[in-house]
Amino acid sequence: MSTTSIDLPSHGGHGHGAHGDDPHHQHHFTTMEQQFDTAKLGMWLFIATEILLFGGLFVGFGMMQNRYPREFVEAHEHLVRWQGALNTVVLLISSFTMVLAVESAKTNKRAKTVGFLALTIVCACIFLVVKYFEYSHKFEEGWLPGKYYHAVGDSIAGSHGYATFFSFYFMMTGLHGIHIVVGIAILTWILLRAKKGEFSSTYYTPVELVGLYWHIVDMIWIYLFPLYYLIQ
Amino acid sequence: MEHALSPGARIGDRPRPAVNYLNASKGIMSWLGTVDHKRIGIMYLVGVLTAFLMGGCFALLIRLSLLTPTHMLFGKVLLTAEQYNRVFTLHGAIMVFLFIIPAIPASLGNFVLPLMLGAKDVAFPRLNLFSFYLWLTGAIMAIVAMVLGAVDTGWTFYTPYSTTTDGPVTLMILAVFILGFSSIFTGLNFIATVHKLRAPGMGWFDMPLFIWGIYATAVIQVMATPVLGITLVLLALERSFGIGIFDPKLGGDPVLFQHFFWFYSHPAVYIMILPGMAIISELIPTFSRKTMFGYRAMAYASVSLALVSFIVWGHHMFVAGQSQLATVVFSALTFLVAIPSGIKVFNWLGTMYQGNISFETPMLYAISFLILFAIGGLTGIFLGTLSTDVHLTDTYFVVAHFHYVMMGSTVIAFIGGLHYWWPKMTGRMYNENWGRIACGLVFIGFNMTFFTQFFLGSQGMPRRYYNYPDQFQHLHAVSTVGSWILGLGLFITLAYLLASLRKPMDAPDNPWGGTTMEWLTSSPPIEHNFEEQPVLEREPYDYRPVVASK
Amino acid sequence: MDWLRNWMMPPQGSAYAAEVDFTYMGLFWLCAVMFIGIAGAAAWFSWRYRFRPGRVTPHDTHNTKLEVIWTVLPLMLCIGIFFWGLNGWLKYAVAPGDAMEIQVTAKKWLWQFEYPDGTRTVNEIHVPAHKAVKFVMTSEDVIHDFFVPDMRVKHDIIPGRYTEVWFTPTVLGKHRFTCAEYCGKGHSDMHGDLSVDNDADYAKFLETGGTEWEQYKDHMDQWGKIQYERNGCSTCHSVDGSKSKGPSWKGIWHKMEELNNGTTVLVDEAYVRESMLYPQAKIVKGFEPIMPSFNNLLRDNQIKGLIAYIQSLQ
Repeated sequence: MSTTSIDLPSHGGHGHGAHGDDPHHQHHFTTMEQQFDTAKLGMWLFIATEILLFGGLFVGFGMMQNRYPREFVEAHEHLVRWQGALNTVVLLISSFTMVLAVESAKTNKRAKTVGFLALTIVCACIFLVVKYFEYSHKFEEGWLPGKYYHAVGDSIAGSHGYATFFSFYFMMTGLHGIHIVVGIAILTWILLRAKKGEFSSTYYTPVELVGLYWHIVDMIWIYLFPLYYLIQ
Repeated sequence: MEHALSPGARIGDRPRPAVNYLNASKGIMSWLGTVDHKRIGIMYLVGVLTAFLMGGCFALLIRLSLLTPTHMLFGKVLLTAEQYNRVFTLHGAIMVFLFIIPAIPASLGNFVLPLMLGAKDVAFPRLNLFSFYLWLTGAIMAIVAMVLGAVDTGWTFYTPYSTTTDGPVTLMILAVFILGFSSIFTGLNFIATVHKLRAPGMGWFDMPLFIWGIYATAVIQVMATPVLGITLVLLALERSFGIGIFDPKLGGDPVLFQHFFWFYSHPAVYIMILPGMAIISELIPTFSRKTMFGYRAMAYASVSLALVSFIVWGHHMFVAGQSQLATVVFSALTFLVAIPSGIKVFNWLGTMYQGNISFETPMLYAISFLILFAIGGLTGIFLGTLSTDVHLTDTYFVVAHFHYVMMGSTVIAFIGGLHYWWPKMTGRMYNENWGRIACGLVFIGFNMTFFTQFFLGSQGMPRRYYNYPDQFQHLHAVSTVGSWILGLGLFITLAYLLASLRKPMDAPDNPWGGTTMEWLTSSPPIEHNFEEQPVLEREPYDYRPVVASK
Repeated sequence: MDWLRNWMMPPQGSAYAAEVDFTYMGLFWLCAVMFIGIAGAAAWFSWRYRFRPGRVTPHDTHNTKLEVIWTVLPLMLCIGIFFWGLNGWLKYAVAPGDAMEIQVTAKKWLWQFEYPDGTRTVNEIHVPAHKAVKFVMTSEDVIHDFFVPDMRVKHDIIPGRYTEVWFTPTVLGKHRFTCAEYCGKGHSDMHGDLSVDNDADYAKFLETGGTEWEQYKDHMDQWGKIQYERNGCSTCHSVDGSKSKGPSWKGIWHKMEELNNGTTVLVDEAYVRESMLYPQAKIVKGFEPIMPSFNNLLRDNQIKGLIAYIQSLQ
């Protein structure tokens, strides 16, 4: 096998200017474009794993709903629809502001990037606040997971179905909530980097990737909301 | 080695560079903070071999305990029942989660994949280091769980036993959860690398088959492992919160756990075998000095194994209480998955046919693989067949079958690959005579240990038994003696490999005459792999003589 | 090659076992032939094509016809084997409607069996030869598995559910059954003997009412207490002295009891036994003659237990 050389610096330096243009250009990529495409591919693969992770919970919920249909319907009456709907709207708005943040980063609008990222974070926080009210109400009423369930007034006495419903409710909204919290942390970090002027039309990869992540977190909620709040 | 030079062989035609990836930077922090895929591969290698050593010692302990039907040895109790149950659980958990799942992809794969693609590193070098630290964290947590009294659930964690037994079960579960994410990120990294960082001129069907195998493995790692993750989370929550999904006393379904568990764990066994097959596809063409027969079929077979592996999990549950319809469907699908494996074996044999074969240690391991994988795969037929499975499942027949495919195939391939790429990774040749002796001991010891277990199983000896009826003692004794021979062979291997490191570097760039891109680099490679970006100009495994001289 | 099958497999306890063995041996020879083909080819090629300097190997990239053959032929073979296994399994999948049912309760780490007539045993089963028997199984704690190697059957036993295993035993004598799903410390000690009896021996076994009582040999009063609870005595007889539909058992042992015809009787072993088997013979004063007969419902060991229990209630 032969090797024909393509003109590249032979020492593969990391230093400034080794590839001429961008300090973010990693040495093992030929072009920034290749690096950006690869990063997006990586993020999509990560999103696939997230879907499978939540997928297992959706399947488990389905199996248990099949086992305790009446208890699940009765239990879900305790969820407050307007709060769920509000959260859905809030997250949709946050996805929209996220798209605008990516667009602003791509078009060199530093102030707007920071602004839209900040709005996204604010929406995420509102989501968490609403969740806080929802959760604390459930704690008061005893609608808790598994062996901690101690509510009264269920029509099918002694059935495990109610506790199981709330086990899944807390697991799925809890896991989703953790993803929101992690998202807020990452968004804050990206916001600080944006403030420093790190992103431009030649390099806005982190904003794009966080955007993808944020859309998935929103998407998962779009599935959770009807499943828990709206089924009959 | 006196061989005709294959077209790719470049022996002694280039001075060894003074600076390579091993000495480019010094000090422990330069290793712990490295993002060089080669160094990360070496760190993984040390880690997984340590895990293999631990798991192997537990195996020897199990076999020693089973030497007599009543667990007594020279009038003394070697292990109590509770201890025995912990030992076999640890053996399984360490071997599966700490060793075999990461072994080939994370150590050899990390080292070789970018080199074979003509790339300077994997797609996400920092994620690669993070994967390693996840592995290390999970491994340490598992060891802590061991020290805190270990668990006795079996590596399969079936409920409700695992949700009600005592011991640091939750800690162990979380360790496996973290190990799972190490696996996911490695797979993610490799998929992106194969898609985006191939050398100019290297299309999908110009890639070495090792890459196809690692790629197919990575697809499974990314798709299946998250399901294990969520299963483990549910299990941990069931234990601490009593959520009521798996324990019937809390309203749950124990068989549901098994469905969730095997949905990952069956594809997981293909995470184990595909990289092994990937190595064999490198060894056989190289040492036969002949092109790979049926390259495209091999590539398609790898991918189809990965995909079909997702739809056969119920064959672990024929007597577990799933519906009869499910049982029939899973049996039928299981037979489907046998076909690509068979195709691979025929193609390897077809490659050897009319070859020009030499028998260095890597090739001896490759031939061992063919024989042992044939046995492992064929005995799978007994288990996929419904009427025989009812008798054989949950017996030593299954234990024998999976050791033939996991150890007799994957580990044998791993050791073969380790020898094959040892000169590349370390710059040294190992002692060939000791290599052949050890391979013989491993082959003989392995068969003595595990072939006997097929008969133990068919005669009715169940798994995970601490005591057993007297009639089984002879076979158990043969198996135990076999384990000593196997252990000896493996220790000798470790010894001469380590001994080779004390020599000065003596390995040529391409000691075996391989045609893939890693052999273009020096042994060991420089830090950034290639001085100039290599461009692919020949098909893979092209052993035709080069007409024009360079 | 019967010797080979007899060595590899346990004794055949039923006709179905022989069928499973036939499939097993068929697969064995099939796999042996395929293995010899593969290993033989590897060995032969290694020898025939061993290294010779200067030899140039042919650039054989593929052979479509050959590859199609070795894909399609194994596929057809696999389909055939699948149906072979399915066929055998279907014969086993559904128990015959007239199979005798034995209830199985598995728990860490023993087996409880209950027969249709109420007979109970622990870690031991007796079944009549040539009659289909179906085991309906559940667990009280973790998953166990009922495995009878000689019959080539096994199935997991799951808490909260019922699962089944059935067979028609043809060979007289003892056959081992053992737990085949890991269940903890006593997993490998959780086994027993299935005794396949001729009709006479089986009838004799049923008369004794099983072996569960043997654990209580040295404290039959505890066995009696269990019988008191299981057989409905508690519906009419208290043990604390309170009056119910029948006389309380507290303190009656060796008492002189007054009957409704004016005579008295000593409450001894003979009296208690007669009261259970022929309750209408003597009626205690102040009570109605409503006690049902337990003749043929209580075995000797159960009666002895009840007597011991009454004796203990001073």
